[in-house]
Amino acid sequence: MGQGEVALRMSKHVVLVEDELNIAEAIRFLLSNEGWRVETLANGATAVEVIRKAAPDLVMLDVMLPGKSGFDILHDLRADPAMQGLPVLMLTARGQARDREMAEKAGVSRFMTKPFSNSEMLDAVRELTS
Amino acid sequence: MAREALTGSRIRERRIMAGIKQADLARLAGISPSYLNLIEHNRRRIGGKLLLNIAGALGVEAQALTDGAEAALIATLRDAADAAGMSGDEVTRADEFAGRFPGWADVLAGTAKRAAALEQTVEALSDRLAHDPHLAASMHELLSTAAAIRSTAAILAENETLEPEWRNRFHANIDEDSRRLSDSTEAIVAYLDADADTADAASSPQEEVESYLSAQDFSFAALEADHVAPHLIDQMVQSAPQLRSQGAKFIAGLVLRQVTEDAALLKLSTLRAAVTSLGTDPLALASHLNCPMPCLLRRMAALPELGAGLVVCDRSGTVIFRKSIEGFTVPRHGACCPLWPLFSALGQPGSVIRSHVTQSGRADAPFVGYAAAGAIATQGYNAAPLMQAVMLLLPAGAGTGDAVAVGSTCRVCPQEPCRARREPSVISAGV
Repeated sequence: MGQGEVALRMSKHVVLVEDELNIAEAIRFLLSNEGWRVETLANGATAVEVIRKAAPDLVMLDVMLPGKSGFDILHDLRADPAMQGLPVLMLTARGQARDREMAEKAGVSRFMTKPFSNSEMLDAVRELTS
Repeated sequence: MAREALTGSRIRERRIMAGIKQADLARLAGISPSYLNLIEHNRRRIGGKLLLNIAGALGVEAQALTDGAEAALIATLRDAADAAGMSGDEVTRADEFAGRFPGWADVLAGTAKRAAALEQTVEALSDRLAHDPHLAASMHELLSTAAAIRSTAAILAENETLEPEWRNRFHANIDEDSRRLSDSTEAIVAYLDADADTADAASSPQEEVESYLSAQDFSFAALEADHVAPHLIDQMVQSAPQLRSQGAKFIAGLVLRQVTEDAALLKLSTLRAAVTSLGTDPLALASHLNCPMPCLLRRMAALPELGAGLVVCDRSGTVIFRKSIEGFTVPRHGACCPLWPLFSALGQPGSVIRSHVTQSGRADAPFVGYAAAGAIATQGYNAAPLMQAVMLLLPAGAGTGDAVAVGSTCRVCPQEPCRARREPSVISAGV
């Protein structure tokens, strides 16, 4: 990746809501290398408020979170007209069709099942924010 | 071809397998080769001393040459053929197949039995995976840890010039996650292994209660007395080693109080005498004994000699009691098949439903199901009644007419098409 591309992405901001700290650390490393500014939350309780204030370019959301589930966070975000166009990438170990359907109904932009490869995750981020 | 006529085919197959010429066997048996030829082609009946002589010459038990010894094998073959959807004509030739190719028949029957056993295992595990909250949480933990390891390992592998600080941190993370993965896996294996031991398999209060009731053979002589001491049930519940959790003790208390109420209405000894004289038809028994149908069905299930199964659900359709019967699975966690007579009764309080049923994919063991629903208690003026439906399952013999194919729960039911299907089956989907 060229310096110019990194500089272009420097302004992009992602909020990552993930209670698995080592996954969060790996994602933070990967996205930082791509020029993203990564803000992480390990609890869902304050996620909606933080995201509204931050107005990020992308939200990455786990499903099973302490405080508030990823589905509930997504539902609350989509209820806010200002957040309806916000790209939300959901990362979850719950890969059943029912979970995917619930995520789609709640307005997810992309649903990715754990474990995923780093390149899959980065491709999804690029697609959602290009 | 009549089964009795196939002894000749079996003699021929055994002789060929043993490498004995027809003429030699005839000589050993003291008959002419042409007569043996007629026997081997099922044109002459054989029995008595001649059968014993031929069996002796072939080095097998005489029973092995007659249909009796192979009846179980033929029954298994027919079950396998039925399960595979084989046509009627082919199914009736199972005995011919067993007679002509005994070795292959054994292999096929053994494979069919093993497939049925594995299917039961898949059913149980799938049920747990789909609905057991403990297992679902454990699997989530496992996958999340695997995701962390995969991402971190890939970073280490793909970034040769990683700064030492990051490299060390990721190494530590992988070390931590791999230990967690190991612990989680061990915990899941231990949890699943516990299923093999019924006493320790109980992972929910309902399962603890089932374990307790099963250990008592669903029969409680102390509660059959004319006067049951007020604290007897509490004592029974508190002293039962299977009832570990408070939830299990609560549920067992409800069950035992129901048994006490039922016993006050109808003693097992009275019911046993009535069954001896009238048979097992619940309507006839209820009329003769002047007993409400739900109570009668519960009492019939408590007679060990009937070998009956029992399922009770509440008004929401939730199963609140089960007495298992081989060949009819009641899911432990998921929603049951709505085609059961139990749910027909729930929708028609006051009616007595009778239906012949088989559970798809379970060797089609036939049952006759009797179900009835009734209010469990008056809750006061204008209160909606709290309903319970009761279904008694009795093993049905052959020739009981067309049976309704029902399932256990959609997720593991292969029945297609099905008007009651709620979700795809992992079995029919080939997963």
